[in-house]
Amino acid sequence: MKKLNQEDTKRITDKVLSLSKADECTVTIDGGRTGNIRYARNAVSTAGLVENTSLAVSVAFGKQQGTAMINEFDDKSLEKAVRRAEDLARLAPENPEFMPTPSGAAFKASATFSDKTDAIDPEFRAQVAAYSIEACRKNKLVAAGFFTDESAFQAIANSRGVFGHQQRTSVDFTCTVRTEDGRGSGWVRRDASDVSKFDAREAADVAIEKALRSVEAKALEPGRYTVILEPAATADLLAYMFGAFDARSADEGRSFLARKGGGNRLGDKLFDEQVNVWADPWHPDVPVLPWDSQTMLPREKMDLIKGGKIAALQYSPFWAKKQGARAVGQPGNIVMAGGSKSTAELIANTKKGVLVTRTWYIRMVDPQSVLLTGLTRDGTFYIENGKIKHPIKNFRFNESPVTMLNNIDELGRPEILAGDETPLQLLIPAMRVRDFNFTSLSDAV
Amino acid sequence: MERRTFLKVSAAAGGTLLVPVFGNAIAAEELVNPMAIQFKKALADAALNAATKAGASYCDVRIGRYLNQFITTRDTNVENIVNTESSGVGVRVLANGAYGFVATNVMTADAVAEAARQAVAIARANARLQSEPVRLAPVKGVGEVAWATPFTKDWRTVPVKDKAEMLIAANKAALATGATFMTSMLFQVNQQKYFASTDGSYIDQDIHRLWSPFTATAVDKASGKFRTRDGLSSPAGMGYEFFDAQPRHKVRAAGGVTTLYHGAYDIVEDAKAAGRQAREKLTAKSVEPGKYDLVLSPEHLFLTIHESVGHATELDRVLGYEANYAGTSFATLDKWQSKKFKYGSDIVNFVADRTTPGSLGAVGYDDEGVPGKRWDIIKDGVLVNYQATRDQAHIIGEHQSHGCSFADSWSSVQFQRMPNVSLQAGRKKLTPDELVKDVKKGIYILGRGSYSIDQQRYNFQFGGQLFYEIKDGKITQQLGDVAYQANTQEFWNACTAMCDERDWRMGGSFFDGKGQPSQISAVSHGSSTTRFNGINVINTARKIA
Repeated sequence: MKKLNQEDTKRITDKVLSLSKADECTVTIDGGRTGNIRYARNAVSTAGLVENTSLAVSVAFGKQQGTAMINEFDDKSLEKAVRRAEDLARLAPENPEFMPTPSGAAFKASATFSDKTDAIDPEFRAQVAAYSIEACRKNKLVAAGFFTDESAFQAIANSRGVFGHQQRTSVDFTCTVRTEDGRGSGWVRRDASDVSKFDAREAADVAIEKALRSVEAKALEPGRYTVILEPAATADLLAYMFGAFDARSADEGRSFLARKGGGNRLGDKLFDEQVNVWADPWHPDVPVLPWDSQTMLPREKMDLIKGGKIAALQYSPFWAKKQGARAVGQPGNIVMAGGSKSTAELIANTKKGVLVTRTWYIRMVDPQSVLLTGLTRDGTFYIENGKIKHPIKNFRFNESPVTMLNNIDELGRPEILAGDETPLQLLIPAMRVRDFNFTSLSDAV
Repeated sequence: MERRTFLKVSAAAGGTLLVPVFGNAIAAEELVNPMAIQFKKALADAALNAATKAGASYCDVRIGRYLNQFITTRDTNVENIVNTESSGVGVRVLANGAYGFVATNVMTADAVAEAARQAVAIARANARLQSEPVRLAPVKGVGEVAWATPFTKDWRTVPVKDKAEMLIAANKAALATGATFMTSMLFQVNQQKYFASTDGSYIDQDIHRLWSPFTATAVDKASGKFRTRDGLSSPAGMGYEFFDAQPRHKVRAAGGVTTLYHGAYDIVEDAKAAGRQAREKLTAKSVEPGKYDLVLSPEHLFLTIHESVGHATELDRVLGYEANYAGTSFATLDKWQSKKFKYGSDIVNFVADRTTPGSLGAVGYDDEGVPGKRWDIIKDGVLVNYQATRDQAHIIGEHQSHGCSFADSWSSVQFQRMPNVSLQAGRKKLTPDELVKDVKKGIYILGRGSYSIDQQRYNFQFGGQLFYEIKDGKITQQLGDVAYQANTQEFWNACTAMCDERDWRMGGSFFDGKGQPSQISAVSHGSSTTRFNGINVINTARKIA
């Protein structure tokens, strides 16, 4: 079906709300198209296009809730969705922690939509793939990559007067370039809301250069090293840590932000003073929707870490009420302050260290200390006297992002990123960090 | 690799606005009524005819109706109950030697015919960058056939109230024995999949799966310490009879340290043990790092098998198709061609299969219409084969696909996914207690913990749920802060003993991720309790500011 505009979604949500006999009704409409092209071994392996629009209706009778979703939008289907949600709610047991969604609020629009991204077609996608494939063929390298673009919208409404409609677009590109003999591998990632900020040639060249430089890697003994972590290397580490910024977990004593003896560590200085992190739905580089669709609460610009201190914890509406705190929409992005230096300039200021392009397969080992394990991948280099001296074999690390953010030497220029395993949009700097803990070698290239 | 979809599901489930994450919510009475077979056949024929007319040399159509229900609980509260449905059609074609794929949720003959024509256009565009044409191993059309997961109790007909009460009973049991907090969930899946192709197959399948994970957390507020113990259940490809555990389904772990389960699961009994064991973990002795002989229980070892053998022997990874995301593999073609690459010790035998009843990977046919089968991957320690799809079989000199092609949705393109890959039981009679008797300095590990492996499936680190010290042939006490590190080849060559088939049982992964866009898949891995000598164990305790 065609992409619904604000007038369309208002008409549909009003209709759905008028059909419900429940104490409370909320509606979410998500729709759009996603295109992609995937390539490997210097050839396109798949390309796809998926279009879908769905309607979610959630109702509550007292503290009993039910939800239904459909893909059809005629009047009969809308009524069917409401009746289904109401049937489910009547079957559900009461949830003592049920909280009503908020009353009407105005959402300040964020700039999440780009006409140029919306206009991407199969030819554009094929050309993105062609740049890296052709450049790799010329250099006797092997490219594998993935480009995906999305043009979508979301509308939310409830029976207490909330309504919001906004369009959003995004592109995401990753490319791995390997030498034909499999001894070298380089990688790049680029994300943007506006495709005019994306340069497929520039991105492919980064992966190509890393691949060429990474052959004949030498083994370095595992241990604690000064590291320069490119933004992509810390994206998922940070996302894991911010995933534990939940006030309830901290108050209940089951997170690293729990205070010994009870309570949480809001206001405590846990990181180096250079660490300043905030969420901002209207940030021009990483704009996100101005609401949290789970709670229908507006998002706000808010500090998460200020001068190394915990500046905010995230409260669900239930926990906020219980603790006398204020619930706001969960952040959709994370912005970390950095400096003005490029990664090359950070390298130039490093006497001895390790440059990490990317980290991989990160998992929580101990939530008590946010100890994470994972590996380096696709471009790990030894730095000596301000220059990359030679490539080195990959490492496994066991490190906590809390420790990492305490050991910061210098921060570089922030870059736009999406993580491998987080829905957060990120704007984070490269970091030079002392004593990063590599615990074993990996022979994988 | 096991991706974080599970976390997304549980996070969504915890929200106050209950937005289902799988698809369209449906009323219970509609769950058990499948789409009419003639309707599906007519839709499929519309796509096949349109694709052929547009110039496709091959076309397959997947008409899917995916039903899920998940229930989440916390302590004595049911947080969420969601029924979901997602239906639609995916059309894949070959034209000019290249693939094209288009999916639509509009289930009319016109819409699927248009999808087929668009898929042909995409294939032609892709052919410009193709270095060699796709070659499909032949598949004989099977006509109109059907296959269903064998079950005796349909989860779709069990009252929601009964399921919620079972989870709450488990939570209460854990809270009564030492847990400070308890969360539990029940995932239930029904995939109604109809496949048709220009080879002449019309295959209707009805697949059922279940999983009920939980986490018991014990907190010591005075010290600020907390520890968790997850459930020891294994997800299963069966009906709701999975929860009717009888004494014959209960297995005594070595030394009687806990009860394990085979073929059915008693969640309340496991939760009761979990509450006690989570509390014990608060004061468990922190492990001394060093070399240990590890005795690994099947519901732990499955994940090590999954990561180090299952993914490593996927042919698409070996060839480089996953190089940009899930990675390649150390198990390269030259190692297989040598016919003497020692992947493991002589007693290590791995079999891939799509036929084991009760397994997550059991199906009648894959998403290319290839019948489920069973074959050797590692025989007497030597790498002898991979997992292949129709377009890969010729690369390893085979004339038939292994039946390893799957998609997680009607809207996803099918690609190579692993079947059940299982370690065969030992040939000598041996029980877990007898296995432990020979260990001087070791650790007995039960349950799945943290897991991480490099992009070529070589260097890995695994944790677990329960760790027991083994000293001079006896299990002594719980240990804490344990993780082991090894590389795949060293680890499997350090395999020195395994229990016999009486102890063989399956663990499984419900949300195994791979591909771009990322897809999930469910798969089981069987083993008996197995011993590995001289493995490096690290201490994971850390202090932060």
